Amino acid sequence: MRLNYILSDLGIGLKRNLSMTIAVVVTIWVSLSLFGSALLAREQVDLMKGNWYDKIQISVFLCTKDSGGRGCSGAEVTQEQKNRIQQVIQTNPDTAPDGVFSESKKEAFESFKKLYKDSPIVSTVTEDQMQESFRVKLRDPTRYQNLVSAVAGLPGVDTVQDLRQYLDPLFKALNGLQVGALIAAGLLLVAALMQISNTIRLAAYARRREIGIMRLVGASNFYIQLPFLLEAVLAALVGAIFACGTLWVGVYFVVMQRAQETFRVWQWVGATETFRATLIMVVVGLILAVIPTFLTTRKYLKV
Amino acid sequence: MIRFENVSKTYEGQSKAALLNVNVEIEKGEFVFLVGTSGSGKSTFLRLTLREHRTSKGHIMVAGKDLNRLPNWRIPQMRRQIGTVFQDFRLLPNKTVAENVAFALQVIGKPRAHIRKTVPEVLELVGLDGKEDRMPDELSGGEQQRVAIARAFVNRPMILIADEPTGNLDPGTSVGIMKLLDRINRTGTTVVMATHDVSIVDQMRKRVIELENGHVVRDESRGVYGYQH
Repeated sequence: MRLNYILSDLGIGLKRNLSMTIAVVVTIWVSLSLFGSALLAREQVDLMKGNWYDKIQISVFLCTKDSGGRGCSGAEVTQEQKNRIQQVIQTNPDTAPDGVFSESKKEAFESFKKLYKDSPIVSTVTEDQMQESFRVKLRDPTRYQNLVSAVAGLPGVDTVQDLRQYLDPLFKALNGLQVGALIAAGLLLVAALMQISNTIRLAAYARRREIGIMRLVGASNFYIQLPFLLEAVLAALVGAIFACGTLWVGVYFVVMQRAQETFRVWQWVGATETFRATLIMVVVGLILAVIPTFLTTRKYLKV
Repeated sequence: MIRFENVSKTYEGQSKAALLNVNVEIEKGEFVFLVGTSGSGKSTFLRLTLREHRTSKGHIMVAGKDLNRLPNWRIPQMRRQIGTVFQDFRLLPNKTVAENVAFALQVIGKPRAHIRKTVPEVLELVGLDGKEDRMPDELSGGEQQRVAIARAFVNRPMILIADEPTGNLDPGTSVGIMKLLDRINRTGTTVVMATHDVSIVDQMRKRVIELENGHVVRDESRGVYGYQH
């Protein structure tokens, strides 16, 4: 099998179907970009879950002079109240063994400073304004209701926060994004498949003389199919490369430049996850181009 | 070389058989005319030999192989042993004479050195030396058919199938083409030629198989076109 004949065939084929090839490339580009975004959204959820769901805690914030919670009387929480609260939490059946950590004003201030180290807000806040708290680890992170109601309203307790309350809407949003992107990517991939098979039908028609002679003189089926396969692979590869580029640009500007700066508390997807996603995208793109090409050429080049 | 055993062929969606119980044996090196009116089954006969269609009943042996038992992927190999020529030449208009002939070798993966050696040889055999670089539309009909024959013969097939090769040519040119086919036949190649051309069949005095409504109605060695009453 001679490479230069195949390559010249490929060149002629691409030129002949330039507009269709471009259409295929663009469709694959957009659909793979969406597919990649969906992959990254999932990675992001996993990252966040990994960071928080293991350590999910209920945070019990204690009263300061300024807090207006139900259990506060306009004064700082007393040591007596603190002991009582700790006892209630520790004896609660849903609390994990050794699952109670207390955070002093000083510790709270330290972590606040670390979290917002580049923000001007640090200079306006003093250690005294920080709230003391108990951080509670649960035996079963989904069973938080019982403990929340037991602690809320105790003297000295300002507010009780459950992290799930904050994370679940975010996860829901990310999941929605992922499902939406996957559906759109799926629809576009179907469109790409139909475009590919249409392109091949046109190309097979345009080349029917050559194909007829090839069959007549006994060229192997694979040899006849090869230029079509290469055309599809090339289109898919170009589309996939564009899609990978798009994903990198997206990750760079949206995640690395913005999200990571604005929401430092969380870990964000980075180069590793993006690289993994682009690899999957290229493989999926190639498979999705080769399979319909193979089937369509078999149909239109039938021996 | 070619053997039809009780071959019948009915095309899908048609009630009438295109071929019915055909038994024919063509030996190696024979020259056979296939005659009959349009629709008598000549083309079906040739297509079945090329395994473009399968038989509905019966077996066809080509070069010792039962075409019904030949798996699809082996068909290209089988076709390399058969050269084919048509009434409408079927040349590639964007390739030169030499490229058209070389194409048949390129697509079956012959090495370039072999192609460079064989193509001029076969062009000389068909009498087109010196016209290698012409485009098909610069040639006369007879010359175009010579290119087509060169392409069919360049891989030295055991069988040459010609479907009305002189159908588009004037009588003088046709004689030249027949001489060429005769020369190819003398190299040992089996030639099967479907034709309507009475004078050619009468002149050549080769074996004649006549088909009518899918039946073989006559099979004579050294026959003529029409019935001899």
